[in-house]
Amino acid sequence: MMNVDPVLMSRLITTMTLGFHIIFATLGVGIPLMISIAEFIGVKKKDPHYRMLARRWARGFVITVAVGVVTGTAIGLQLSLVWPEFMQVAGNVISLPLFMEVFAFFFEAIFLGMYLYTWDRFKKPFTHWLLSLPVVIGGGLSAIFITTVNAFMNTPEGFTMANGAFAAVNPITAMFNPATPSKVFHVLTSAYVTCAAILAAISAFMMLRKKASDYHKKALKLTVTVTFIFASLTAIAGDLSAKFLAEHQSEKLAAAEWHFETEKGADLIMFGWLDEQNEPRYEFRFPKLLSFLAHSDFNSEVTGLEEFPEEVRPPLWIHYMFDLMTAIGIFLLAVSMLYLILSKVKKWNEHNKGLLILIFLSGPLAFLAIEFGWILAEEGRQPWIIRGYMTVEEAATSSPYIGLMFWLFLGLYIVLGTLCTVTLRKMFRSNPAEEELEKLYPTIEKGDDS
Amino acid sequence: MSYEMIGITVLWIFLYGYLIVASVDFGAGFYAYYAKITKKDHVMNQLISRYLSPVWEVTNVFFVFFFVGVVGFFPDTAHYYGTALLVPGSIAIILLAIRGSFYAFENYGSKKSNVYMFLYGATGLLIPASLSMALTLSEGGFIVEENGVVSLKYFKLFTNPYSWSVVFLAIVSVLFISATFLTFYAARANDRPALTLVRKYALFWSVPTIIASLTAFIALSQHNQRHYEAMLDLWWMFGLSVGFFLIAMALLYQGKHYGLAFISVMFQFFFAFFGYGAGHLPYILDPYITITEGATHQSMGFALIVAFIAGLCLLIPSLILLMRLFLFDADYVKGKR
Ligand code: HDD
Ligand code: HEM
Ligand code: HEM
Repeated sequence: MMNVDPVLMSRLITTMTLGFHIIFATLGVGIPLMISIAEFIGVKKKDPHYRMLARRWARGFVITVAVGVVTGTAIGLQLSLVWPEFMQVAGNVISLPLFMEVFAFFFEAIFLGMYLYTWDRFKKPFTHWLLSLPVVIGGGLSAIFITTVNAFMNTPEGFTMANGAFAAVNPITAMFNPATPSKVFHVLTSAYVTCAAILAAISAFMMLRKKASDYHKKALKLTVTVTFIFASLTAIAGDLSAKFLAEHQSEKLAAAEWHFETEKGADLIMFGWLDEQNEPRYEFRFPKLLSFLAHSDFNSEVTGLEEFPEEVRPPLWIHYMFDLMTAIGIFLLAVSMLYLILSKVKKWNEHNKGLLILIFLSGPLAFLAIEFGWILAEEGRQPWIIRGYMTVEEAATSSPYIGLMFWLFLGLYIVLGTLCTVTLRKMFRSNPAEEELEKLYPTIEKGDDS
Repeated sequence: MSYEMIGITVLWIFLYGYLIVASVDFGAGFYAYYAKITKKDHVMNQLISRYLSPVWEVTNVFFVFFFVGVVGFFPDTAHYYGTALLVPGSIAIILLAIRGSFYAFENYGSKKSNVYMFLYGATGLLIPASLSMALTLSEGGFIVEENGVVSLKYFKLFTNPYSWSVVFLAIVSVLFISATFLTFYAARANDRPALTLVRKYALFWSVPTIIASLTAFIALSQHNQRHYEAMLDLWWMFGLSVGFFLIAMALLYQGKHYGLAFISVMFQFFFAFFGYGAGHLPYILDPYITITEGATHQSMGFALIVAFIAGLCLLIPSLILLMRLFLFDADYVKGKR
C-alpha cells in the first residue's frame, strides 16, 4: 500500500473529501434560505405550520452543519497537507478569498448559534426571523468566496510570471477572473435548488407513507415552488457557464461534448459511446444546438478538441457527467412545473402518487447533479491544477504516507455519514410533526385532510 | 510596523483566542466525562451544555482562521509544515472531526451514549496534545529538508524531553483554564453544588500548571538556546504572567470575584504566550522560514490586512451580541430561558 503513486492517492483523497464535504456545504448554503422563507411566511401569516417547518428544518440542520464544519476543517487543512506546492505558489494569489471565507463562516456560526437557541426569547417573533438573515448571507458568501478560488484555478489571472514564481500579484483581479461570474451564479442557484428539492422530497416521502396532513401539504407547496424558481435560474446559469467555457476554456466544453473538429453549426450530442475512430455511436443528436449553447447563435463556430495538443486534453468520460447533470436539471424543472400546473387547476390532484414519487426522486437526483457538476468541472481541468501554470502532478505532496491517510479518511467519512443519517432519522421518527404541533400550539386543529 | 509584523501579530492574537476558548471547550469535555464516571454528572453537565451548545462552532472557526491566515500571510509554511505534518495533521483533523460531530450527535440527537461521552472527553485532551506538537516543531531540529525533500524526524520528536514537556503543559493548561472559566460560569448561574466542584478542580490544577511551565522553560533551554535567551530578555512578560497567576489563585482561594479570577488567568496566559511568541521571532520555522523572507507579496499582505479590519468591524459587534445573549444574560445562564 505504501508504494502507490502519491499523486494518484492525493487526487483520490481530495476527491473523496470534497465529494463528501460538498453535500454538507450545499446544505449549509441552501437550507438557511429555506428556513428563513418558512419562518417569514409563518410570522407574516401567523401560521404555526410554517413556523413549525422552520423549527424542524433548523433542528435537522444543526446536525448537518456539524458535519459540514468538521469536513470543511478537514479540506481546509488538507489543501496544505496534500497540495503543499500548490498552496505555496497559489497561496500568494488566492489567500484573500480563502481568508474572507473564514470571516463568512465566523459570521454565520455566531448568528446560527443565536438563531437556534432563541426561538422564544424575543417579544416580537419578527426579531427572531431577522437573526436568520446573517446565516443566509454568511452561507452564501462562503460559497461565493470559495468558488472564486476554484474559478481562479480554471482561469488564473491577476499576476505575472517572473523566474517561475508569481509576481506583481493583484488579489482583486485574481478573485474576479473570467470564470467567477458564471461559476458563482451557477453554484449558488444549484445549491438553492438542491436544498429545496431535498426538502420537497422529504415532504413527498411523508405523504406517500401516511395520509397527507395540512402541514405536509404546505411544506410541499413551498418547497416545490422554490424548486421551480431555482431550477429555472440554475438552467440559465448552466447555459452561461457553457458560454463561458466556449470562450475561455474551450477544451473543457469540447471534451464534455465530444466535439473533435472545429466547425460551424455544431450538433449537441448526449450520451452514446465512442467507437475506435472516436465516432460517437447511439447518441442523441440535437442539430446545431451546441453552437447555440456556446454562443447563442445556431450557426456560430465552436472550437474542437483537435486544436489542443494531446497532453492537455481533459479525459473524454466527462461527457457523461455533463449529460447526467443537464438531464437532471431538466428533470427538476419539468417535475416542479408539472406540480405547479396541476395545483393551479382545481379538478386535478397535485398529490397523486405518481407525481409524489417523482418529487421524491428529485431530491437525491439534485445531489447527484451537484456531484456530477463538480466532477465535470474538476476533471475537465485536467491535467492542470492551475490551468496553464501548474499541473496536478507538480502540486501534490511527496509524502509516502498519503496512501495510508486515504484509508483513514475513508473510515472517518463512513462513520460520519452513517451516524449523521442515523441521528437524523431518530430525531424525526421519535418526534412526528403532528404531535409536536399539538404540543407547541395547542390552539390549532389537528392537521387533517381539509 | 511592517505588514508581515502586523500579519504575525494578528495571527498570534487569534491563536491566543483559540487557546482560551478551545481550552474551555476541551476541558469541559473532559470534566463532563469525568463527572459522569464519578456519578456527579447531575451536578455539572447542565451547566456545561448550556454554555457550550451555542458556541462550539465559533470555537472551531478560531482555529480555521489561524491556519488559513498562516498560509495566506506566509505561503512557505505550506511547503514545510504541509509536507511534514501530513500524518500528525491528519490525525488532528480526525480527532477534531470526531469531537465536533459527536458533540452534535450526542446533544441534539435524542440518544445519550456513553461512547460519545467518552470520545468527547478523551479527544478533549488528545487534541491539545497533538496541536501543541506544531509549536514544538517550530523550534527546529525536527523538520529537515534534505535534497529538496521535507521530512519529519519522528523518532527524534518522540524521544525529546522538550516535546513531552510541551504536551504536558498543554494538557494541564487546558484543565486549569477550563476549570477557572466553569467556576466563573457556575457562580453566575448561582449553581452552588457545581461551583464547589469546579472550584476544587481549578485549585487542584493550578500547581501542575506552574510546574509544567517551568519544566517546558528549562527543556527549551536545552533544545533551542537562541529562543531561550530571547525569552530571558523578555523576563518582565513572564513576571507579569506569574503575577496574574498569583492574583487568580488568591481570588479563587478566597472564593470571590470569580470573573476577575478568570480574567487574571487570561492575562497570565496572554503574557506567557506573547513572551514565548516574541522570543520566537523572526522564525516561523527555525531555520527555514522567517517572517520577512517567508512573507507573501506586499499587495496580498495589504489586502489581507484590509480584509481583516473589515472583518473585525463585522465580527466584534456580533460576538458582543452573542456574549450578551449567552454569557451575560443572567436568566439564560441560570437556565430560566
Ligand atoms: C443541482 C445541480 C445542477 C444542475 C441541475 C445543473 N448544474 Fe451545471 N454544475 C453544477 C450543478 C448543477 C455545479 C455543482 O454547481 C457546477 C460544478 C462546478 C461549477 O462551477 O458548478 C456545475 C458546472 C457546470 C458547468 C461547468 C462549468 C465550469 O467548469 O466552469 C457547465 C457548463 C454546466 N454546469 C452547465 C449546466 C447546464 C447547461 C445545466 C442544465 C440545466 C446544468 N448545468 C444543470
Ligand atoms: C476547496 C474547497 C473548500 C474548502 C477549503 C472549504 C473549507 C471549509 C471549512 C474550513 C469549513 C469549516 C468552517 C467552520 O469551521 O465553520 C467549511 C464549511 C463550509 N463550507 Fe466549505 N470548503 C470548500 C468547499 C466549499 C464549497 C464549494 C462550498 C459551497 C458551495 C462550501 C460551503 C461551505 C459552507 C456553507 C460551510 C459551513 C458549514 C455549514 O454551515 O454547513 N465549501 N468549508
Ligand atoms: C482551492 C481550491 C481547490 C483545490 C486545490 C482543488 C483541487 C482539486 C484536485 C487536485 C482534484 C483532483 C482532480 C483529479 O486529479 O481528478 C480535485 C477534484 C475535485 N474537486 Fe477540486 N479543488 C479546489 C476547489 C474545489 C471546490 C471549491 C470544489 C467544490 C466543492 C471542488 C470539488 C472537487 C471535486 C468534486 C473533485 C473530484 C473530481 C474528480 O472526480 O476528480 N474543488 N480538486
